[in-house]
Amino acid sequence: MLLAAILLVPVCTSLLVLAAPARRWSAEITILAMAVVLALALFAVQATLARGSLSAASGWLACDGLGALILGLVAFVAFTAAIYSRGYLHRRHPPQHRIEAAGSYYPLFNIFVASMLAVPLMANVALLWVALELTTLFSAFLVGFENTPEALEAAWKYAILTTLGAIIALLGVLILYWGTRVLGQEAFTWNELIAEAPAMPPSLVWPAFLLILIGFGTKVGLVPMHTWLPDAHSQAPSPICALLSGVETSTALYVILRLYSVLSRLPGSEAGPWFVVFGVLSVGVATILMVQVRDYKRMFAFSTVEHMGIILLAVGIGGADARFAAAYQITAHALAKSFCFFAAGLLVLALGEQRIASIQGLTRRAPVAALPFVAGALAITGMPPSAVFVSELLILKAGLARGQYLVVGFLALFIVLGFAAIMRHATRMTFGAGSGSRWTAGAPRTCLAALAITAVPLVIFGISMPPELAGLLRLAGAAMGR
Amino acid sequence: MHALSTSSLLSIEALAGGVFLLTALGTVAARQLLTCFNLFVLQSFLLSASAALLGLALSSPHLLAVAAITLATKTVLIPWLLRKTVHGEVYRIREIDQVLNIPTSLLLALGLVGLAYFSVDFFGGVAVPAYSLVNLPIGVAVLLLGAFTLTVRREAVAQLLALLVAENGVFFAGITIVPNLPAIAELAAAVDIPVYTLVVGLLTRRIYSEMGTTMVGRLTALREE
Repeated sequence: MLLAAILLVPVCTSLLVLAAPARRWSAEITILAMAVVLALALFAVQATLARGSLSAASGWLACDGLGALILGLVAFVAFTAAIYSRGYLHRRHPPQHRIEAAGSYYPLFNIFVASMLAVPLMANVALLWVALELTTLFSAFLVGFENTPEALEAAWKYAILTTLGAIIALLGVLILYWGTRVLGQEAFTWNELIAEAPAMPPSLVWPAFLLILIGFGTKVGLVPMHTWLPDAHSQAPSPICALLSGVETSTALYVILRLYSVLSRLPGSEAGPWFVVFGVLSVGVATILMVQVRDYKRMFAFSTVEHMGIILLAVGIGGADARFAAAYQITAHALAKSFCFFAAGLLVLALGEQRIASIQGLTRRAPVAALPFVAGALAITGMPPSAVFVSELLILKAGLARGQYLVVGFLALFIVLGFAAIMRHATRMTFGAGSGSRWTAGAPRTCLAALAITAVPLVIFGISMPPELAGLLRLAGAAMGR
Repeated sequence: MHALSTSSLLSIEALAGGVFLLTALGTVAARQLLTCFNLFVLQSFLLSASAALLGLALSSPHLLAVAAITLATKTVLIPWLLRKTVHGEVYRIREIDQVLNIPTSLLLALGLVGLAYFSVDFFGGVAVPAYSLVNLPIGVAVLLLGAFTLTVRREAVAQLLALLVAENGVFFAGITIVPNLPAIAELAAAVDIPVYTLVVGLLTRRIYSEMGTTMVGRLTALREE
């Protein structure tokens, strides 16, 4: 009931704000709905902590530690993004177009959130594929929302390439299903898969894994399938960027992490190296691209590729500590990256400009946008007291404990390089004399509220570890491996 | 009237598989967008026929349902949606502009088919029924051909058709390895693909109205310098 309600609320809200009379209030209705979804999701997290796992709708919906973590993060970022959207859209559209813009934005926003919430809740793997494909369908028009040639180009690449990935992954999903059928199994749920894994023919599980890694890896933005990601994540409206980068990538990664636990139960197979290789490749290439990037939203998009690589690598290192740290990194990244895109959105509002080279002297021109921007840059690059600092430290520590010195060395090097790259761009934009007029309009209040709400857990989780979070991360880590 | 024997049903199915592969090669070689469009409809019909024949041969109601769903969505609904959303002149006049010339494309495509033929060896050790030995490599080949066509075409509708061809390939392989996918998953996938066509069709229309072209391959405003 609880799990079904989590999906029904945004779906119904989407239909409600589609109706003409509700359009005037669609921003407020959406904020309210997302608050309800967040509350329900936190209930579900609580219940999962108490019982280990949840199940609903005669087994079609399910939620364990990893699912609860993703569910909670999607609900949280959706809530803050809904708040942020109100002020952002208001400012981006002239009064005569506001209601029209809201009328096409909010129905898609709600249904997009619903599809992302569905991913961690689908017990059946084939339906999970459908949910993940729906996230692309519902967000394609949000990516192209600004209707500029660049935004439409980005939306096109996003819709075509991630769907090609999904089709490749579909073959993998069908082959996995074939594997369970060989054993005479009928149900096709994650629990079933994990229980049956030791008996499944490895010659089916491995091709399935590779197809899904390539297919959904496209949606995660793993190098070399990442080419669409910086386009889509830089051209979408900023609250949508926060959702895409902060949580949508993680929902796709969720499937690959789930497969890790299936693979780790196959006799005599080692999935770790695959994860480490793809992880290091993504971290390295993304970091190098961050050095020479020319658009600050693209910079944060490449940082997403880097962080997806770090999470993959952490899981590949193996061991309970590393998986715990990976779950922590998923959490920290969702919070820090949504904060970064909210901050970047203020810059878009203040300057109407995304090129790094043409921006200087932010502290003078728009101090209210400069502060969150620098704070976001510090948070995402892993400066304390950001939660990213702790999670990255835990990953490095887990790697050392497992004797993976080479991997840890590479990771540390690229983290430092990424820090240098982002801070170089950020300081150049923030300080210096700088020409151009001051931003007199000031930041919309809802945008500042969204930033403040996101900052609270981002800092708290960086300073201390609440026992609920520790419990959830342990459960999530346990769901990722033996 | 005598019912056809299982073995003759299966050999007709294999024949359909061969033509199915040819239609995919046809989309690689076709110059006219309308030809690609018609080849896709024919290919979807063959997919449906293949599912129906297998369904009869294995007496599987699941596969008959897949055949009916495929027929309704891919040969009727999707072509109708494409006609509705995308400007008519796109189909009529244009020769497709692509990155590689057609002989080179075909040569590479044949290489991909060869590669797919050996892909079945991956599944060594698993008992594969004879009809899977037909459908699996052909399905994988068509998936590869679709992905390949997607990368060499610059036209929006041609790229979309290439994706749908790739998707047909996956289902062609899928019907033999999982003939009993849960009905709800079949239905969900059946809804998913037309919705996808609608979304991408509308996106194409918006690109056309904003930029006056559907040559998405020529859009290169976003890139690393």
